Amino acid sequence: MSRETYSRLEARGFWALAFLGAAVALAGFLAAHAMETSGHVITGMNNQVVWGVPHVFAIFMIVAASGVLNVASIGSVFGHAVYKARAPLSGLLCLALLSGGLFVLMLDLGRPERVVVAATHYNFRSVFAWNVFLYSGMFTIVAVYLWTLMERRMAPWSKPAGLAAFVWRIILTSGTGSIFAFLVARQAYGTALLIPMFLAMSFAWGLAAFLVVQSTMYAWNGLALPADIQRRMRNLLALFVVTVLFLVAALHLVNGYFAKNLAFERFILADGGVYPVLFWGAYVVAGSLVPLALIWRPGSTARDLVVAALLVIAGAFALLYVFIVGGQAWPLDIFPGYTTSSTFGDGAIASYAPSLPEVLLGVGGLAVAFLITVVGVRALRFLPQDDLPAAPAAAPAGR
Amino acid sequence: MSRVDQGRRQILAWGAAMAGVALAPGVTLFDLAHGRAPTEPASSKVRWGMLVDLNKCASDCDACVSACDKENGLPTEKTATSAQWIRKVELKDMRGQVRSLPMMCQHCAEPPCVDVCPTGASFKRADGIVLVDRHTCIGCRYCMMACPYKARSFVHEPTTGQRPEVPRGKGCVESCTLCVHRIDRGGIPACVEACAATGRQAILFGNLNDPESEIAKRVASYATTAVRADLRLDPGVRYVGL
Repeated sequence: MSRETYSRLEARGFWALAFLGAAVALAGFLAAHAMETSGHVITGMNNQVVWGVPHVFAIFMIVAASGVLNVASIGSVFGHAVYKARAPLSGLLCLALLSGGLFVLMLDLGRPERVVVAATHYNFRSVFAWNVFLYSGMFTIVAVYLWTLMERRMAPWSKPAGLAAFVWRIILTSGTGSIFAFLVARQAYGTALLIPMFLAMSFAWGLAAFLVVQSTMYAWNGLALPADIQRRMRNLLALFVVTVLFLVAALHLVNGYFAKNLAFERFILADGGVYPVLFWGAYVVAGSLVPLALIWRPGSTARDLVVAALLVIAGAFALLYVFIVGGQAWPLDIFPGYTTSSTFGDGAIASYAPSLPEVLLGVGGLAVAFLITVVGVRALRFLPQDDLPAAPAAAPAGR
Repeated sequence: MSRVDQGRRQILAWGAAMAGVALAPGVTLFDLAHGRAPTEPASSKVRWGMLVDLNKCASDCDACVSACDKENGLPTEKTATSAQWIRKVELKDMRGQVRSLPMMCQHCAEPPCVDVCPTGASFKRADGIVLVDRHTCIGCRYCMMACPYKARSFVHEPTTGQRPEVPRGKGCVESCTLCVHRIDRGGIPACVEACAATGRQAILFGNLNDPESEIAKRVASYATTAVRADLRLDPGVRYVGL
């Protein structure tokens, strides 16, 4: 594919979108400022649910950032030309989502102005500290990878750079899963299964995010996604969605077998109010089964694929909400065998209702990712086009 | 004696007097400190711990909680967002028998909060006291996710009524310091003192590493329980009658 064949967004539309993104990002920033000034008391978080909606947004974006790079990996590492044409867009989306996720994660800190402390003081026993390195490393590697993809002279380096990005993002998502896997205290977490589960989630959510952006860009330019590419990406999304469902089912089945975890599983899956509704209704049915039906139904259209991808993303938020908030709402089993009560919520299910500032912060993070994507697509050539012959300079891609 | 020499003598005398004035408070403090000198680091020869006797702890008594709040300038109103360094937990067993115990940071030998802290703000002193460095805590709350005892609080609101010896700050995580400011002066934690003042003496404080200390003798001779012993965190707070 020739670089000259990429298209650009129209100027007026670009400015409108950029302004919208910047305005929402600014609203998120101001919400974070209010949280910093007044304290987290203005959020729904408390001493039992210490991570709330901002973490749901941040972790979604960080996990999806890694997965969205899958498209590039299949192109560069495994040499599929169709995916290689999409590698630059995949890299851009990775940087955009990672920036959005970190925007939320940093601004949700109790002391966001101390982010420099986090960058200069490291406790290497902490999974969180590893993640700081993994995030900054990801930015560097993906930036170099994008350079090799977009600068003709660097093209021979695109395969090694792609391989480095592939390995790094697997480690990065393992690190994100490990944040929860390494928690000994809470019944919802503390299992190595979370690492492959997070990897599968990243594949599904990243591809869904990619499909939404890709179809928007194609529609914007009045183009249609070639049927063959549609079919491949549709099947890939279905495979990832099924994998996540399988791992989520395995987690709950094994957990539910342990008598000590039975009450917790019943809470999450049956009688925990909003959590089972989100789990079954929003994640399993709307976020997994309906997308699979849309993908596999006879005569599935391009529009079906976009709706499926959007539903997968909505389901991701529901699953993360249940996993993060629901997992904390259930009280710690500090005294097994006893019924407990105290002024500090012992033995009681914690209530959590997200407040406007924290929702705005989360949405602000999405806006940051959106803004970076819009500006990136405008400034550089990211739109994939497959219906043209490969340019002679295009590196050793293709099967 | 020349006039210059006299002048020198006077300067020396004034200097000595001023040095005396400057040093006196330090010397007095040193004298007051029966524990260790301010310049002497905490030693791993000491492991501070507490032994709580549930048979002596009354359900309707919260003297330890009030004393902690007062000593550390904590809010007295107990809400889902207020800092609670120590709390009374009521336990009901399968027979319906009710008991009560104070729950606070267990000052683990293997503290998960220290392992997970990204900046190293959560740390364990050589003498076993687990603390938060308020200068490097970024307020990520990962330690609160990791603590199996729910011992930590996040400061959700602006702080008021702070005590000079116990700095606190909105946006940081905090927990029981074992009244480290008292221990370093040779004193005992406020909750232990308050419990003793009620006449119950349910909390015994001391050096677990000293075989001659009362706490070490009792831990050696009575059945004591570490909460969540299955996690093998080796807490410095033990319970009798649990």
